Amino acid sequence: MTRLLEVKGLETRFFTQDGIVHAVNGISYNLDEGETLAIVGESGCGKSVGVMSLMRLIPQPPGKITGGEVFFGAGDERRDLLKLSDDEIRQVRGNRIAMIFQDPMTSLNPVLTIGFQISEALILHMGMDKAAARKRAVELLELVGIPRAADRLDDYPHQFSGGMRQRVMIAMGLSCNPQLLIADEPTTALDVTIQAQITDLVKRLRDEIGMAIIWITHDLGVVAGLADRMIVMYAGFIVEESPVRDLYANPRHPYTIGLLGSLPRLDEARAHRLTSIEGLPPDLVELPKGCPFFARCVYRIEKCLTENPKLEPVSPGHKTACWVDVRKVAPEPAEATARGGVAA
Amino acid sequence: MSNNGNSRQKLVEIRDLKMWFPIMRGVLRRHVADVKAVDGLNFDVYQGETLGLVGESGCGKSTTGRAILQLYRPTAGSVLFEGQDLIMIKGEDLRKMRRRMQMIFQDPYASLNPRMTVGSIVAEPLEVHNIGTKSERLDRVRELLQVVGLNPYFINRYPHEFSGGQRQRIGVARALAVNPAFIVCDEPISALDVSIQAQVINLLEDLQERFGLTYLFIAHDLSVVRHISNRIAVMYLGKIMELADRDELYRNPMHPYSQALLSAVPIPDPVIEEKRHRIILEGDVPSPVNPPKGCNFCTRCPKALDMCREQEPEFRDYGGGHWVACWLHQR
Repeated sequence: MTRLLEVKGLETRFFTQDGIVHAVNGISYNLDEGETLAIVGESGCGKSVGVMSLMRLIPQPPGKITGGEVFFGAGDERRDLLKLSDDEIRQVRGNRIAMIFQDPMTSLNPVLTIGFQISEALILHMGMDKAAARKRAVELLELVGIPRAADRLDDYPHQFSGGMRQRVMIAMGLSCNPQLLIADEPTTALDVTIQAQITDLVKRLRDEIGMAIIWITHDLGVVAGLADRMIVMYAGFIVEESPVRDLYANPRHPYTIGLLGSLPRLDEARAHRLTSIEGLPPDLVELPKGCPFFARCVYRIEKCLTENPKLEPVSPGHKTACWVDVRKVAPEPAEATARGGVAA
Repeated sequence: MSNNGNSRQKLVEIRDLKMWFPIMRGVLRRHVADVKAVDGLNFDVYQGETLGLVGESGCGKSTTGRAILQLYRPTAGSVLFEGQDLIMIKGEDLRKMRRRMQMIFQDPYASLNPRMTVGSIVAEPLEVHNIGTKSERLDRVRELLQVVGLNPYFINRYPHEFSGGQRQRIGVARALAVNPAFIVCDEPISALDVSIQAQVINLLEDLQERFGLTYLFIAHDLSVVRHISNRIAVMYLGKIMELADRDELYRNPMHPYSQALLSAVPIPDPVIEEKRHRIILEGDVPSPVNPPKGCNFCTRCPKALDMCREQEPEFRDYGGGHWVACWLHQR
């Protein structure tokens, strides 16, 4: 497999009135061509800011990428995205790397027809003339399963349902044959049956076109059947990285264990109490000195309070950032952390 | 979770409940059509149980909850609460009944008044119903905060100082203030993060056990509903398609819509996901202004027969309280 993306020590901060928000704190990961990587975490964990940073879409100010390198491209095309000029990055965005967003209503322009919006990228990046772009737009809409595509080209976004709009977004994303598609919670705003339609579509397109995908989500269910590899983020750090099967079967970070335990499952044999993670994520303005998960962790030891563990390999392809080997020790009873958490 | 085997006493009985919202057009505000948000529901809620109400957005599940509590006055039908028809009473009589039934809302950011302290938010239902003296109310508020896992020390703080999960706890404390028997939980966890969702679910289960509460739990997430409910009703376009005991519904879904819905829910396990077969429904939900003739699901049903497009199937009990409205089983 050829390496497509290499993120090294990426660090993004926001300089606000209330202080410096440490949104992304030195994350590193790789992605191969054609691979699907899921980035999982809760709101505010830095999963979106992380990929927005590599696309250079962070509003500046207040945001600033304060460190790291992002190499994109195979072979001779390999460049550090963070060092490109504005013109150069614009050649990458929407062309080599495409992005689809959570809310298909606010990410489409309501006063332009969808035909126009899809053609725009084709004319800009592929140098097509209007007629050719229109023809290609129809093909793309057919590809993503929009019925009567040719007739709907001159419709406006509000004339489409939520699921159909997300299909239009995907068609736009795919218009220039990107090598990498970044999907930022693309199904969160949709109903389950529509979500199933969209994930099904993305899977099919991935197999047909062969692009790599970064799928950002908070839902451990959606990506289980979709991703090859998975990254779990917490408070701007990567706390665990692993092939998908290994992560669900042998989670090694207490946060991942907590997340999996707090999910009610459709296939659970009988009702049991959920193992919730007590307390709240830390304030990103004043990050703790030690492990960011310390306050909520049921495996914590003294060392965790003072030193933040690095992401270290525990088995082939599986890395975790934790001082404790969770397979060898028993968790402390949840009530102990519960009292600390709720009162905090 | 309490077992629903022993106490089969009906707390709420809903008969032919309809909630239509009129559409007015033109200068004369002519009544041109209706949004049939809820279109003829029949079901009971038993004492001490959790009845889950699932469906996709726009299917009328929230409207059902509000119509039961008389936050909307239903267009037709009856809602018997402890034997009394709520639709027939109004004013002071209705207000008295509201002590027995409360609601927890979806959005913990929008459902708490930002200018009121936590103490006054939780005390408000007590004031409205003239319960206790001022100092008794204060004691009660402190106790309630403790019950929902908040520090009573925070009584004078404002909602914006709390996180989403903590705000939802405030909403729960407010609902509990008047000692209700019945609580409609309208998507109480869908605005919360996964790890916080589990906290609130556990809290709701604890409170149910402690105070013998009856819940109508409205949600779009079938995994959550399966976890918390004793019985589950599946709604589609203003009607209940299927209603059964939790395990029965998941083991043996009889309605094609329930089958598709269940197959669409992702399971957080890659090994299982690989083997699963998804029923992908084509198209979108029709408009409730103009529901299809016959069965409401016929436009998307993979198994639809000719008669499904002609006549509406009856909502019928197929034994053991497994209710289904589908022609496939009625032939």
